[in-house]
Amino acid sequence: MINSAHAGTLESSDVYIQINPIEGDKVEIDLSSSVAELYDDMIEELIRDTLKEMNISGVHINVQDKGALDFVIKARLQTAVFRACETKPTWGGTQNEV
Amino acid sequence: MNKYKKIDKNIVIEDRDSKICESIEESIKLSGLKDGMTISFHHAFRGGDKVLNSVMKVIASMGIKDLCIASSSLASVHDEIIEHIKSGVVTQIYTSGLRSKLGEAISNGIMDKPVQVHSHGGRVHLLQSGELNIDVAFLGVPCTDKFGNATGSQGRSKCGSLGYAMSDAHYAKYVIMLSETLVPFPNAPASISQDEVDSIVMVDEVGDPSKIGEGATRMTTNPKELLLARRTARVIENSGLFKNGYSLQTGTGGSSLATTIFLAEKMKKKNIKASFGLGGITGSMVDMLKNNLIEKLMDVQSFDENAAKSLGENPNHIEISANEYANPSSKGATIKQLDVVILSALEIDVDFNVNVITGSKGLLRGASGGHCDTAAEAKLSIIVAPINRGRIPTIRSKVNTIVTPGDSIDVVVTDQGIAVHPRNVELKKSLKRAGLTIVDIKELHKRAMRLCGKPKRIEHTDKVVAQIRYRDGSVIDEVYQLAK
Repeated sequence: MINSAHAGTLESSDVYIQINPIEGDKVEIDLSSSVAELYDDMIEELIRDTLKEMNISGVHINVQDKGALDFVIKARLQTAVFRACETKPTWGGTQNEV
Repeated sequence: MNKYKKIDKNIVIEDRDSKICESIEESIKLSGLKDGMTISFHHAFRGGDKVLNSVMKVIASMGIKDLCIASSSLASVHDEIIEHIKSGVVTQIYTSGLRSKLGEAISNGIMDKPVQVHSHGGRVHLLQSGELNIDVAFLGVPCTDKFGNATGSQGRSKCGSLGYAMSDAHYAKYVIMLSETLVPFPNAPASISQDEVDSIVMVDEVGDPSKIGEGATRMTTNPKELLLARRTARVIENSGLFKNGYSLQTGTGGSSLATTIFLAEKMKKKNIKASFGLGGITGSMVDMLKNNLIEKLMDVQSFDENAAKSLGENPNHIEISANEYANPSSKGATIKQLDVVILSALEIDVDFNVNVITGSKGLLRGASGGHCDTAAEAKLSIIVAPINRGRIPTIRSKVNTIVTPGDSIDVVVTDQGIAVHPRNVELKKSLKRAGLTIVDIKELHKRAMRLCGKPKRIEHTDKVVAQIRYRDGSVIDEVYQLAK
């Protein structure tokens, strides 16, 4: 993790994700979602799992969700991570290590 | 014989205009409205209604309290009622629909007595049974004469059918007509007749007709809605009912409107003419009437300006009251002659139960309308809905709130396949033969869960904020106050 980066939009059914490096190896998540009452725990879990898969920590993640489905949230998060790391993904697998 | 010789012919000319009051306040005084009484309104202007708010302002200023508002429905424009609840002017509500900030406030427990949510037919049943006893009806009408003969298809702001107002006028003890346009007596033919009207008040505006449709009447370009509409038209085409003389009711909204247009194409091709179109009438139904694809329109509520205009001009476009439309205890509700109805849903569960009143977060934000009335009586009741709206699943294991019981539903058309109620063995076969994708409703539920994930349960208290009344008056479900 070297940079701040973002991915996604604030359109309905999409999610906007901003990622910032922080000191230490914690993962901090700020989540606002139009479906928070129903899915906040699931969204947070998905974000933590995806970051773990990618071996990312020491980040602050700001998530502004407009009711995106899981695969959208995951794709936006992965993209934000790749942009922050200035690396390119190896498409084709479900897991992308940086 | 002698006593009749004493009778003077003493006609006071002023008496002939005596129904007309100078102000809303004067008419309220004449009506004898007191604390604890029930007042009614109708919703032909939907989001464009200007009567309820202005009347409530006058009532509040007169210091009258503890009223029951019975409106045939409520729209977002009626959020002002919240203030009247807070000040004790309104303590009870009967309505078909609740939305917006008012729905939210009631979901959060602002009222002590639970709101009674009735269907359009069920409202008339409650009026007939005497549970709903209207002391004073305030009926906004586009046009009247000085004696109270009123219509909705003339005047400046036309709302079209006065179907709901007609039933209220019939059952209310005192009827105050509010109108914009005064025409010479006799205004005929009248929707509401002089013999049911006590007072008349002329006001600047009763409603804004441009807000009746509120976007519900545009043709959709949404590919999902178009897909649903095409499928629905194919279900009807292959249902065995698609013959000369069949009858149809559709709602508003993208898919429903588009279905009408796809259906019209099929009718043209196969030379099929419908005997009648029923319910809330939209411009696309009017087009079918004009194009000779439908014999008659039976209109309880005109959903857009085209429908309102047609009602006034086309003799085959007929106005019916809520009692003639859908009351289960009416001597003749038109739904009892209906073949096909297309309905929408906020949620449908694996037992085919339908929710059209509470949203995914448990808030009151919809309307019962004619849903359970038509579903119960039509030969083919079709629910059209996508399996998910964004992340919100439409197909649930159990609906939040039951408005229409599953056993009155026949088919659920979704973007992921069509579910047929297990009762309809033959229908299922013929839809399959036609090449339509038939899926078990439990499979649709699984797919919805795979896409959206299982949502958390909505936490609520044990306080009942609304009772959902089935068309026969029974309580079919209850809505609870949301936990903070």
